Amino acid sequence: MAVDQQLKIELGKQGVFVTTIEELYNWGRKNSVWPMQFGLACCAIEMIATTMARYDLARFGAEVFRPSPRQADLMIISGTVTKKMAPQVVRLYNQMAEPRYVIAMGACAISGGPFKQGYNVLKGIDRYIPVDVHIPGCPPRPEALIQAFMTLQKKIDGQPLTGEERPRHLNPEAQGEFPVPEQGAHDLEPTSNPGVWPIPVVIR
Amino acid sequence: MASNPYFSLAVLFLAALGFGLAPLGMAWLWAKVFSPAKPNPIKNAIYECGLVSKGDAWVQFRSAYYLYAIIFLIFDVEAVFLLPFAVAFTGLGVAACVSMLIFVLMLIEGLAWAWAKGVLTWA
Repeated sequence: MAVDQQLKIELGKQGVFVTTIEELYNWGRKNSVWPMQFGLACCAIEMIATTMARYDLARFGAEVFRPSPRQADLMIISGTVTKKMAPQVVRLYNQMAEPRYVIAMGACAISGGPFKQGYNVLKGIDRYIPVDVHIPGCPPRPEALIQAFMTLQKKIDGQPLTGEERPRHLNPEAQGEFPVPEQGAHDLEPTSNPGVWPIPVVIR
Repeated sequence: MASNPYFSLAVLFLAALGFGLAPLGMAWLWAKVFSPAKPNPIKNAIYECGLVSKGDAWVQFRSAYYLYAIIFLIFDVEAVFLLPFAVAFTGLGVAACVSMLIFVLMLIEGLAWAWAKGVLTWA
């Protein structure tokens, strides 16, 4: 199935273009990642700056920010996720059509950041939904977000169409629903999704 | 058949139809072969702003707006009709004047009714 890379280059020199459905499919997907138009905190300002003329996210085929989760491929968690907002974020993630990806942008989205000790801040969105790319920073510069986009594109490019390693959206057995947490008396219930984020065991 | 003047048009129509339907068919085939549908109640929810929708969309609104409709008719639509009436007034017959009078009186009745109801007093 797979054509040898050297042979492809050799054929390319002779004017013969060889590809596979997998390569074409991933080439199309990675160059048309549509993010969802939604910002949570100050990281969103950097996200907006990334889409504007100076940094120009359109070069990566990702300038089309969709206001509806149904039309979006990528969710950029741009900022602090409060416990009040977390159920909405998880619900929106559930409403996105597969294949869907998540970039956790900034310290808050990764771990709660400077507000980690706060009673009302979620200590990282990866407790509820699978995150593909984490970018540190407070907030990360637009270059960092572009780096995250390129990392995501590399990831999409490497996803096989068949076999055990295929991504979730091609696997009928893979989990499609991610439970939405609810407001409990003191915390969100459940406090994390064990299928996504196994609770770390602290060894003393 | 090819001599028919509409033949080229039919060919173009079929080509246009194929141009639209082929991507749809390919997308459908792709979904059938490769990507399985995994619907669930959250994903199929109608409202897509992240919140859970509450209550029913089929609610009744108060019909208080008809007052504004009547006032609008009296002061706006009446003026529209009065202007051509005033312009053509000298050339009009008795029947036209009477029918216009009935029209104006009907609207004045509406105004009197609205006045009595206290609509005109702006709180």
